[in-house]
Amino acid sequence: MFEAIAFYLFAVLTIVMFTITVMTQQALYAITAMAAGMIFISAFFFILGADFLGAIQIIVYTGAVMALYAFGMMFFDTTRNVVEKRTNTQIVFVLGVLAAVMVVAIFVAPIASNNIEALYPVDAAIGNTQAIGIVLFTKYLVPFELAAVMLLVAMIGGIVLAGKKMDKSLTLMAEEDIGSMDDSLESKAGGH
Amino acid sequence: MDVAFIIETIAKIVVILLIFSALAGLGTYFERKVLAFMQRRLGPMHVGPFGLLQVAADGIKLFTKEDIIPQNVVKPIFKIAPVITAATAFMAAAAIPFWPQFTVMGYTVHPIVADINVGILYVLGVMAIGLYGPLLGGMASANKWSLISAARSAAVFISYEVITGLALLAPLMMVGSLSLVDINNYQVGGIGNWIVWSQPVAFILFWIAAFAETGRTPFHLVANDHEIIDGFGTEYSGMRWGLFFIGEYANMFFISFVIAIVFLGGFGDGTIAGAIQLILKVAFFFFFFLWTRAAWPDVRPDQLMWLCWKVLMPIAVLNVVVTGIVMMF
Repeated sequence: MFEAIAFYLFAVLTIVMFTITVMTQQALYAITAMAAGMIFISAFFFILGADFLGAIQIIVYTGAVMALYAFGMMFFDTTRNVVEKRTNTQIVFVLGVLAAVMVVAIFVAPIASNNIEALYPVDAAIGNTQAIGIVLFTKYLVPFELAAVMLLVAMIGGIVLAGKKMDKSLTLMAEEDIGSMDDSLESKAGGH
Repeated sequence: MDVAFIIETIAKIVVILLIFSALAGLGTYFERKVLAFMQRRLGPMHVGPFGLLQVAADGIKLFTKEDIIPQNVVKPIFKIAPVITAATAFMAAAAIPFWPQFTVMGYTVHPIVADINVGILYVLGVMAIGLYGPLLGGMASANKWSLISAARSAAVFISYEVITGLALLAPLMMVGSLSLVDINNYQVGGIGNWIVWSQPVAFILFWIAAFAETGRTPFHLVANDHEIIDGFGTEYSGMRWGLFFIGEYANMFFISFVIAIVFLGGFGDGTIAGAIQLILKVAFFFFFFLWTRAAWPDVRPDQLMWLCWKVLMPIAVLNVVVTGIVMMF
């Protein structure tokens, strides 16, 4: 009974949070609601007994991904509303409904055809965390390593793109040096 | 899931909340006394014996002060941000075993709210969410100091979470479990079995990162008084500001518990002596937080990032690799 109560509670909370994320015009509401939604999703992992995935969901999505979004939000005034430019509401509506129907169909199809079976059922003798390790390093080793390589590529790309002036520290430079260095940048940015 | 279990859990939650809220208040008193001692002052001394009731006086002041919501802030976010800090600090306590289990009138009590088998991950994850308090508070405040503080807190938290995770990885590889109770039991058998002897590097790294995660001097740049006033707390008044404070001090206590349990043997074999030892270890780490505040200057944000990415992270990765090699052969 408690599982059912918890499931419906967190289902409602998750949907409400992500609805706020999509519907609101205030960027801060959106990011707060999205972070909360990510935490509520972890509740489903805990209900299903997947403790490790639940904790990872909190750390990765709420702790890291959302914090990076928040970092990006530093660049505009978050206390003002964001006015979106909607040219054609009908197209937005139709595409939105289509996408929702497709997602529901994808998830309902295997349930409806009774075609779900656990290829790697949880072994009660070993813990939840160990089970994930075993599956990751046997059955899913290649995707796992591929993901690692992709992340490495993304990291190197990020460093190359951002690291052009990393050997200079603005804090340690003299005032006039900073001025001469920024001249070229400011003319492009327009300054405000 | 029987009724007794629910009642027991609720009772434990209430007890932990009460004890650590009170300790957070007392923590401010200890901090002022310790700082005063180190700076040749007297500290609080007029209210009650040895100034002990100063905590109550401060509490009354905070509770009764007007709750000011400035004009241009984003109201709901501004109001909820301090609650996030305090709530996440206490949520992290759910997976910490504060004491060994003991028996009262034939009923065995486990002083841990939820003994989940990913305890340490849960504690770190929830502490990471604590970042949203300063972050949202700062961004909703419509104040430049607060915004700078929010940016700093995001940068510091993201960077030092990497250090915490990597530093803990090496001891966890040795223990082979994520449960804090298992980590504690791994070190049963006296001072020679403590993980700190086999993982001194991880211990130092985690300790340094703990300062960044709790935002204490020398990594206090999130709310550095002399450059950005009170940072994210600048626009807050009364109990909302107090909640930030309670969260910070509760976090200091909980991270002290985590350090003591993971690296210094925790409560040992579970006897009374072990429990008292755990309290002493926690008290030492809490004292160390205050000591550094009196003794060390703050570092600059760029120095903090330099320290994190160019010094601590390579050391942490090397530590994990060396631990792996040693364990393999």
